[in-house]
Amino acid sequence: MTAIAPEKRRGLFRRKLIDRVVGILSILALLIAVAGMIWIIWVVLARGASVISWTFLTEPSKPYGTLNGGIANALLGTVEITLGAVLIGVPPALLGGIYLAEFGKGTKSGNAIRFSANVMMGMPSVVIGLFIYAIMVIPMGGPSGFAGSVALAVLIFPVVLRTTEDMLLMVPDALRESALALGCSRARTAVRIICRSARSGLVTGIMLAVARVSGETAPLLLTVMWSDAWPKNYFSQPTANLPVLVTEYATNSPFEEQHAAGWGAALVVTLLVLLLNISTRIIFKEKNHAR
Amino acid sequence: MHAEEKIKISVRNLNFYYAGDHQALFGNTIDIPANRITAVIGPSGCGKSTHLRVYNRIFELYRGQRAEGEVRIDGQNILAPEVDVLELRRKVGMIFQKPTPFPMSVFDNVAYPMHLHFKLSKSEIADRVEHALRGASLWEEVKDKLKKSGLALSGGQQQRLCVARAIAAEPEILLMDEPTSAVDPVATLKIEDLVLQLREHFTVVIVTHNMQQASRISDYTAFFYKGEIIEFDKTEKIFTNPSCKKTEEYITGRFG
Repeated sequence: MTAIAPEKRRGLFRRKLIDRVVGILSILALLIAVAGMIWIIWVVLARGASVISWTFLTEPSKPYGTLNGGIANALLGTVEITLGAVLIGVPPALLGGIYLAEFGKGTKSGNAIRFSANVMMGMPSVVIGLFIYAIMVIPMGGPSGFAGSVALAVLIFPVVLRTTEDMLLMVPDALRESALALGCSRARTAVRIICRSARSGLVTGIMLAVARVSGETAPLLLTVMWSDAWPKNYFSQPTANLPVLVTEYATNSPFEEQHAAGWGAALVVTLLVLLLNISTRIIFKEKNHAR
Repeated sequence: MHAEEKIKISVRNLNFYYAGDHQALFGNTIDIPANRITAVIGPSGCGKSTHLRVYNRIFELYRGQRAEGEVRIDGQNILAPEVDVLELRRKVGMIFQKPTPFPMSVFDNVAYPMHLHFKLSKSEIADRVEHALRGASLWEEVKDKLKKSGLALSGGQQQRLCVARAIAAEPEILLMDEPTSAVDPVATLKIEDLVLQLREHFTVVIVTHNMQQASRISDYTAFFYKGEIIEFDKTEKIFTNPSCKKTEEYITGRFG
């Protein structure tokens, strides 16, 4: 075979240029994304930081037009509703994920469950809110923190189910086989060995799902509503919570002080979610170290 | 097979199918003698591991895989549906290519099968953990780090930890599927020494790619080719004067 003629060589200049352009474009895209995030945090900080004080965090909210209201009741209500959602939504999601990864691989029921979980994940949260409104709020005679927990649990469920399945499938089959080869039953292998091996991944999945729903507003507007009282009757009364407080103060209230309080509450929600996210990353990092 | 040997595993006309009726083993018949080391050799994809994975029915984890024929352990056909696989797997331990310590401490790794199969007091378990670790020639190296994660040990140590864990279930047979293919040469020698010691208490069947290893440690050798057992005899005979042309070609490195 003869050597390829020199004029058939592709120009080096063009290749280097494309390399440069792609590099610059990706840095630009990164900058836009990061700048957006920083901008959001900056605006929330600038508007919200000034109202944050000890009384703001420890006093309950006050009716429209009353001065010196806080957000403590809403903070407590949000924690209550979110914890309730975790208690209702996470156990079935974990068990379902274990089923999908350990028993339902390639089965019809497994595929059906995975498909419906994917559909559920894509459903708008306001639709879930309407659904709970129809099946719980109306029959129970009114909104309640519990109804809100159920709505958020419905949102958490498919996310945790799928991350659980993915995390368990990442555990190598060799570990499954070696547990079974010792005489472990399949269920015991799944729960004691495989889940244990994937536990930081499972926790990460749960935390991210919780962070995701802890700012959800639409379903809570329909199921929990709003209250200026301390959250006392979780199962029967409207319950104060941060996302609805932000929405109310930002859109409904004519009072300047409450606009500011809304920003303060928004800052608190943002910091809570950030805290959840960051602590999750730290746990995840520890796992990588252990490997 | 030599008449003076006591037979531990007796395989008759074993056929094996992967999903989609793809046949991988063809009429395997072999008698594995008790308290001996039997090496299984042959080129990649010849069915060595597949054959081994029938003895503890671990293949059943995967949908669509099935075995036909007879595998008798101490006279009982373990392929019969009424056989309790959990008890079968206690009796027939297995070591895999890659070490697979559980995500727990060294001590708990070895204690795990004891909790699974026996009711023992804490002190009995502690004694037996030490005994199993000594049996796996690992005690001296880990006695000061029993509380440390099993994953923190070196690859060779992890593999011996897996041996300790397997013998902690009080098995009678140990299946080893290329146990040294993922560890360095020094660790390989340690594991080979260990296998030689294990012969005293267990019937060992070891799949290996390494023919020097087979000749160094095994009493008997089976040569597999395309899912069939071509030749099975004393290791000495297989490596010095094989009866089949194919065996000779393989051990002299002409193919494989």
